[in-house]
Amino acid sequence: MTRSLAVRLALLAPPLAFFALFFAYPVAAIVGRGLRADGAWRFGAAGEVLTDPDLAGVLWFTCWQAAASTALTLALALPGAYVFARLDFPGKRLLHAVVAVPFVLPTVVVGAAFLALLGRGGLLDELWGVRLDNTVWAILLAHVFFNYAVVVRTVGGLWAQLDPRQEEAARVLGAGRFAAWRRVTLPALAPALAAAGLLVFLFTFTSFGVVQILGGPRYATLEVEIYRQTAQLLDLPTAAVLTLLQFAAVAALLVVHGRLVRRREGTLALRDPATTAHRPTGRAQWALLGGVLTVIGALLVLPLAVLVERSLSTPDGYGLTHYRALTGTESGTLAVAPWEAVGTSLRYAAVATVIALLVGGLAAVALTRRGRGPLRGVDALLMLPLGTSAVTVGFGFLIALDEPPLDLRSSWLLVPLAQALVGAPFVVRALLPVLRAVDDRLRQAAAVLGASPWRAWREVDLPLARRALLVAAGFAFAVSLGEFGATVFIARADSPTLPVAVARLLGRPGELNYGQAMALSTVLMLVCAVTLLALERLRPARSTEML
Amino acid sequence: MDRVVEAVPDGRSAGAPAAALLSLDGVTVRYPGHTALHGVALDVAEHETVCVLGPSGSGKSTLLRAVAGLTDVASGTVRIAGGDQAGVPTHRRGVGLMFQDHQLFPQRDVGGNVAFGLRMRRVPRPEVQRRVAELLDLVGLPGAQRRRVDSLSGGEQQRVALARALAPRPAVLMLDEPLGQLDRHLRERLVVELRELFRELGTTVLAVTHDQGEAFALADRVVVMREGRIAQVGSPVEVWRRPADDFVAGFLGFRNLTDATVARGVADTPWGELPVPAATRDGRHRLLVRPSGVRLTAAEGAPRATVRARTFRGDHVLLHLAPERGPALEAACALGEAPAEGDTVGLAFDPSEVVVLPIASDW
Repeated sequence: MTRSLAVRLALLAPPLAFFALFFAYPVAAIVGRGLRADGAWRFGAAGEVLTDPDLAGVLWFTCWQAAASTALTLALALPGAYVFARLDFPGKRLLHAVVAVPFVLPTVVVGAAFLALLGRGGLLDELWGVRLDNTVWAILLAHVFFNYAVVVRTVGGLWAQLDPRQEEAARVLGAGRFAAWRRVTLPALAPALAAAGLLVFLFTFTSFGVVQILGGPRYATLEVEIYRQTAQLLDLPTAAVLTLLQFAAVAALLVVHGRLVRRREGTLALRDPATTAHRPTGRAQWALLGGVLTVIGALLVLPLAVLVERSLSTPDGYGLTHYRALTGTESGTLAVAPWEAVGTSLRYAAVATVIALLVGGLAAVALTRRGRGPLRGVDALLMLPLGTSAVTVGFGFLIALDEPPLDLRSSWLLVPLAQALVGAPFVVRALLPVLRAVDDRLRQAAAVLGASPWRAWREVDLPLARRALLVAAGFAFAVSLGEFGATVFIARADSPTLPVAVARLLGRPGELNYGQAMALSTVLMLVCAVTLLALERLRPARSTEML
Repeated sequence: MDRVVEAVPDGRSAGAPAAALLSLDGVTVRYPGHTALHGVALDVAEHETVCVLGPSGSGKSTLLRAVAGLTDVASGTVRIAGGDQAGVPTHRRGVGLMFQDHQLFPQRDVGGNVAFGLRMRRVPRPEVQRRVAELLDLVGLPGAQRRRVDSLSGGEQQRVALARALAPRPAVLMLDEPLGQLDRHLRERLVVELRELFRELGTTVLAVTHDQGEAFALADRVVVMREGRIAQVGSPVEVWRRPADDFVAGFLGFRNLTDATVARGVADTPWGELPVPAATRDGRHRLLVRPSGVRLTAAEGAPRATVRARTFRGDHVLLHLAPERGPALEAACALGEAPAEGDTVGLAFDPSEVVVLPIASDW
């Protein structure tokens, strides 16, 4: 074993220990609890669950809604990717940031916003008597809202760097405008397109908060079903089988995604994006720009605007009544004033961010050299928590971490730990491409000038990765702030986080609860949006990856 | 350029052979799938400038990396000032390396780049600033400390890279294609400046290049490499006058190469009979005829050739000839006397411009 491999393994030890202890162990514990009875494995239960017709329904719905969401997102966001990649227009930078806001918004807020738009007493209901909640359309539209940025960033980021002269070469050789796009640009974009599509499929396949709030009793994804079986029916064997099923599906998706990403780091002639965009010319380009702005307005901005409007709307006209109510406990829904959830959330998210940076940062440094040896595939492994049922993780925490020496059940640290689990993969994804892009000869230049390996890392890698590090921190913070699936299990009743408080308020009837939920969601949205807009200024210009 | 940064140590008496400062013995480097260096032996004396010349893939960059400790040596020893470098990590070897494309640190300004090696050696800050200013003067960029490196032209980057490499006073300064990416005009100027600078500083230099003009202008001694082995070592004049073999001659750009049988001072070649230098033994040989050794003549009975093309080379014209017998020939010809394309000329050969090479051996 070479010395550098030893160093990398040592660096990787803490992240691996973290994931083993706070991910693998709890998940294994809950699966084991479900599949073992009286000291014996009962795999027969799996067969029973898998042949249950109700489950077949859930599985079918999970798959087709994910496929439909992906198709719809791609169809609506591809023109957007083109517009952001190739056209210049006033306010482009701001709009680029605005488009990304939904992605970091907590699912609960998204659910609440769409409820305010499409639900009972929502905007469309008031205007035309149209209600889409409890229909699959609400779910699909919310998924588009969520993932629009994934496509625009992943595909558009690459598109902006493709050399337009390639298409021009095809035109000169006799290809029409569309033929040139189809034969030259589309094949170059294909891997990014596939990667983005797969990512959207992954996110919608494991969708929880959106479906939970908008799906009503009729629609349930696998993840929602796991929550129902675990939290409401206390049917652990069924939940365990479902968890394993989802785990397998997600692992397969991640393997395919990893392949696509590796292929994408390939051999395209890329250019500085600033040089490829131009002002719209001709009727078609103006129409496209108009269409994209309309879609963004209707699908991305409107729900958020309605959310804010509802939070301000009271029986006596507009006012801050709901916001004021956040400071009291009159409604009795929560044990504490909802306003306190803001402080709690910020505190937890800050701690989670520190943990995620440590864990994800060490992992990224250890994996900087593209692994051919034993470390190959570890980075894909670190993505697993993103796709694993958060509900399972949360519940797993409760059962697995309740005995000495690891009795964290009553510790507040439990929530940040769970949130860091979701944040760390984002940190790895943000740092790894930047660290890998650092020319190894820069490190060698430092070594020749007398810098030890550690000093060379500090002097060369760290300054170059500083912006990515800040971006990673921001993403981890926003994601931690919005984490719902796991937190809902482990947050203590006297210290709910923002998403948990919103969900509780939404779950209770009454005008005041609804208004407060909207007000609290607005606060959460603002915190996330401010974080993201601050990051937009820092984001490395060449990054093409959402994740 | 009159500020001498490092006084030349005067421990070396003129004319006496200096002890090797850098010494490679049987150095072999293996990469997965191929061997980049095959038991290379090379000594570089103190204050000497040695240029390693060779086509790409000949192992010349690997040679530098082996000396710097950036690549593992499978067998053989690298000694610097007598000390075996096996197991010594790069940052403790005290060598300097100027990378092919400079590899300036993008996040640091010019001053930060030049100061880097001094900071690594914990040189006190005022001393660092003084040295940085001195070096920037030396390379012709006075006062450039605060400039961003991405605002520099190629030639300026090259100067900063040189200042950065010189700053810690390395025992051996290594240059990897030092002028590779610069335009020709700048290269010709910088090569002279570098030569003057190294002489002035007494720096020991091991440089690598694929450009023979650069190597001959810069070096006290030239090392020609082929497929991981040293093909020839010698002064620029020696190598140019007497290429050691077919490969070196071909690499230096000579095209008039042929097999020949020599008997009593005359060689039988595909072009006809050629006079050879008087001392040549009878038997089979490989011959190189320099373009300047191919003379045009109007004499009766001389072998004839057609002028296929003419290339202007500044002070002469290079003629590409298609002889009636034998393969293509190149001939150097004074500007005023060059025949036109398509003309037929008679050929004569000058024995002093014919070089006898060993029979081509397979490597």
